[in-house]
Amino acid sequence: MSAAPALLEMRQITKEFPGVKALSDVSLTVRRGEVHAICGENGAGKSTLMKVLSGVYPHGTYDGDIVFEGEIVQFKDIRASERAGIVIIHQELALIPELSIAENIFLGNERARGGRIDWVGTNRRAIELLRHVGLREDPETPIKTIGVGKQQLVEIAKALNKDVKLLILDEPTAALNEEDSAHLLDLIEGLRERGITSIIISHKLNEIERIADSVTIIRDGRSIETLDVAAGGVDEDRIIKGMVGRSLESRFPEHTPRLGETFFEVQDWTVEHPQVAGRLVCKGSSFHVRRGEIVGFAGLMGAGRTELMRSIFGRSYGTLLGGRMILDGREVTLKNVSQAIDAGIGYVTEDRKVLGLNLLDDIKTTTTAARLKKIAKHLVVDRNAEFAAADGYRRSLRTKTPSVEEGVAKLSGGNQQKVVLAKWLFAEPELLILDEPTRGIDVGAKYEIYGIIQQLADAGKGVIVVSSELPELLGLSDRIYTICEGRITGELAKHEATQENLMRLMTTTGSAAGRAATPAAGSTGATAAR
Amino acid sequence: MKHLKAVFGNDTRQFGMIFALIALIVFFQVRTNGLLLTPTNVINLFQGNSYILVLAIGMVLVIIAGHIDLSVGSVAAAVGISVAIAMRDWSLPWGLAILFGLLIGAIIGAWQGFWVAYVGIPAFIVTLAGMLIFRGLNQKIGDSDSIPVPNGYQVIGRGYLPEFGPLTGYNNLTLIIGLALIAAIVTGALRTRRNQRKIGADMAPMWTVVVRLLLICGAILAVTLLFASGRRGTSFPVSGLILGVLVLIYSFVSSRTVIGRHVYAVGGNKHAAELSGVKSKQINFLVMMNMSILAALAGMMFVARSTASGPSDGVNWELDAIAAVFIGGAAVSGGVGTVVGSIVGGLVMAVLNNGMQLLSVGADDTSIIKGLVLLLAVAFDVYNKSQGRPSLIGRLTSGRRDRPAVEQPAPADPARNISETVHTEA
Ligand SMILES: Nc1ncnc2c1ncn2[C@@H]1O[C@H](COP(=O)(O)OP(=O)(O)OP(=O)(O)O)[C@@H](O)[C@H]1O
Ligand SMILES: [Mg+2]
Repeated sequence: MSAAPALLEMRQITKEFPGVKALSDVSLTVRRGEVHAICGENGAGKSTLMKVLSGVYPHGTYDGDIVFEGEIVQFKDIRASERAGIVIIHQELALIPELSIAENIFLGNERARGGRIDWVGTNRRAIELLRHVGLREDPETPIKTIGVGKQQLVEIAKALNKDVKLLILDEPTAALNEEDSAHLLDLIEGLRERGITSIIISHKLNEIERIADSVTIIRDGRSIETLDVAAGGVDEDRIIKGMVGRSLESRFPEHTPRLGETFFEVQDWTVEHPQVAGRLVCKGSSFHVRRGEIVGFAGLMGAGRTELMRSIFGRSYGTLLGGRMILDGREVTLKNVSQAIDAGIGYVTEDRKVLGLNLLDDIKTTTTAARLKKIAKHLVVDRNAEFAAADGYRRSLRTKTPSVEEGVAKLSGGNQQKVVLAKWLFAEPELLILDEPTRGIDVGAKYEIYGIIQQLADAGKGVIVVSSELPELLGLSDRIYTICEGRITGELAKHEATQENLMRLMTTTGSAAGRAATPAAGSTGATAAR
Repeated sequence: MKHLKAVFGNDTRQFGMIFALIALIVFFQVRTNGLLLTPTNVINLFQGNSYILVLAIGMVLVIIAGHIDLSVGSVAAAVGISVAIAMRDWSLPWGLAILFGLLIGAIIGAWQGFWVAYVGIPAFIVTLAGMLIFRGLNQKIGDSDSIPVPNGYQVIGRGYLPEFGPLTGYNNLTLIIGLALIAAIVTGALRTRRNQRKIGADMAPMWTVVVRLLLICGAILAVTLLFASGRRGTSFPVSGLILGVLVLIYSFVSSRTVIGRHVYAVGGNKHAAELSGVKSKQINFLVMMNMSILAALAGMMFVARSTASGPSDGVNWELDAIAAVFIGGAAVSGGVGTVVGSIVGGLVMAVLNNGMQLLSVGADDTSIIKGLVLLLAVAFDVYNKSQGRPSLIGRLTSGRRDRPAVEQPAPADPARNISETVHTEA
């Protein structure tokens, strides 16, 4: 280890939940002024360790010592840890959508004189903080109107306001696109220059390799090793080896597609924003999917990919202004989600907390929720069949949980994602639409999920994958569409797609460019095959 | 403690509530020198509270779906008076009058359900309006007067199971029903176990199942004998029978059927439910409509018991029903609650009321104590949740949950460490 003294030392931390030992004897040493990464599989205990550190789980609910700046500390809540200079930004953002940027930054910390909020001072300070994080927005803008990337920056501005010494970021880039992620990582490097130490948890190992000075690896609730990245010689493969205990030869399973006929087609699909009349979120989109095919959709955040998919999925988003949908050669109208499910369409949402899960439910009821009919006789649920089905998916997806009777709220983020996937696999759709299917999922599990997607395709189903991670789209898809500002701007077959030309098509605005790109792509790969 | 848990499951909430009920019963039994558990008093207690418990059944579904219904007392009163008038002025036979009352309940429910589900007005407001509207309707129809109901009709509120068969010293029908219930529970438990073994689910140890069965059956037997030994002619009340049947039906519907699942799903996360194909509007409509139908039934039962329908019937019933549901472990934010829990909650309130009456505690003190009990019960629940203990839906009848501790699944890769099994004890 280098000369810099330790800012934080966690010694022999053990944390138990009823029936689950989440951490056993975990130790972590973070040097002053470094960026320290924590890696591990889903459910390894990363978030739990950080919650112990930041007082979410107060002193007394865990065993072991925390030494911060040379002294043993015993935080009784988050406020106590914040007073000491430790600020955590959770895996799920904790901003209040209705409030403005400035109000969110100062929430719980309001600048007031005699009980009255000092708005001038608040806004002035907010502008200053926003400048530090490189966000050019009016502090009075409501949070709900800015994208996730910017919200993440607001979270950091909020942390900076609290005189932070140690900043903890739990999967800060999971929901961000490449550009926003890059910006965020730059910002963390900038904070390091200013002497702020950070701990970052991420499943995007390329980011870790780029930014971290050292990495601590946690596996099954134990600290395995700490690697010195700054000293060199640590690459993604080395980290993976630590995480899963063996090396992973490739990130994508071998797969040769067996393409069948075109069975799903959408023509001139046009959708209006649900609140803003006249604003189109999908502008005359046309695309098709063949049996056995994995079709990727690339686009920047806010390009309208999710909106397009949800509107196809039983008009669950926006107002449909025009367009035809053809399924197995027949035109169909799907007016609501249950009709879409009956027609054989499934949609795995990108927002699992808000749209994908009922956090009060247990794993088995969640698994069967989208197709309860399958295990119900005369509307009565067969609970044995349900248990058996859910348990089958627990095994095949290797969801880390003691039993499928546990509540989904207790699962780690990545394992919740697996349950959402199980729910739609159980529904057995002919066309499965996956919106950011591997968000927050570890490398090993990603590989398995890719395998499952490919099996679905091999069984003659169609799969649509929407993803912000271009390598994922390139590795998995047989054909990729690009979307920009609600318009499909390109269509590339697997062999002609590269990060560069995808990126170019994803940022081609204007209809002229869009039209120019489509025939160019169509003349080669996919259209010829149709 | 560990053994208690093994028998009753890890569910502190339900566990706590049932013990609170037992403690209350023991307390009053001792303080009243045994007056509480005499056949006459228990029969009275049931007859005097069955309509609130009927309301609680509907209310728990409304609350699980994330709504509230403040109008139940007024709806009950409006239906009660209509039925009384129908029998007096149109000489409708009482059987038809009951159907007529249920129909009115359904129409009122459709009206409220329409505003809640399809127009999207919060149930709090719709039913606050309903509370005023239907109270007014009751007084308008009945001219703020009291209207008596015929004897035949009074059976649903004051009647008892008939006497027949050999003289055993007990009411034979009550005995038969009690024994049938015990038989059903035992075979049900055995079948569940067989099925669990078949599909390889986790099973509770045999002894916990046996102890639990013994306790449940013992309790049923005791209650059966208590009712059956009532004065000749007074045994198990018909209103209790109606309640029992409703509890069975609604427990089954809420926990075992597709519709029940959908109610929990809508209350837990409406958006996620809709994206899983649940028609949330339909569910909201049904839940509100069902509540008014049950309110109609409760109103009719009350009128039958008090032999007349009056202008102040049903005042404050909504509060008793809502209190029962929350004491029974439902969450204000929806998605959580059980029918059986709410009945237990309702019985806690009923025993409190009755016990304090027997001790001649004044209405003022009774009200204060009931308020405190509601607050403490919910505080207990909140505290449990903040401790991260399981406190959600109680499933006393399910055998799978009650493992004291569980293992992490063994990782598929043998190179990994296998996590330890941990026994935690609270
Ligand atoms: N409140 C809780 N009650 C019971 N078990 C819990 C609770 N919170 C977490 N766990 C369990 O503790 C373990 C560690 O969870 P944790 O959230 O720390 O994982 P993680 O490493 O952050 O995973 P991910 O990468 O998926 O976010 C998991 O097995 C999880 O099921
Ligand atoms: Mg986590």
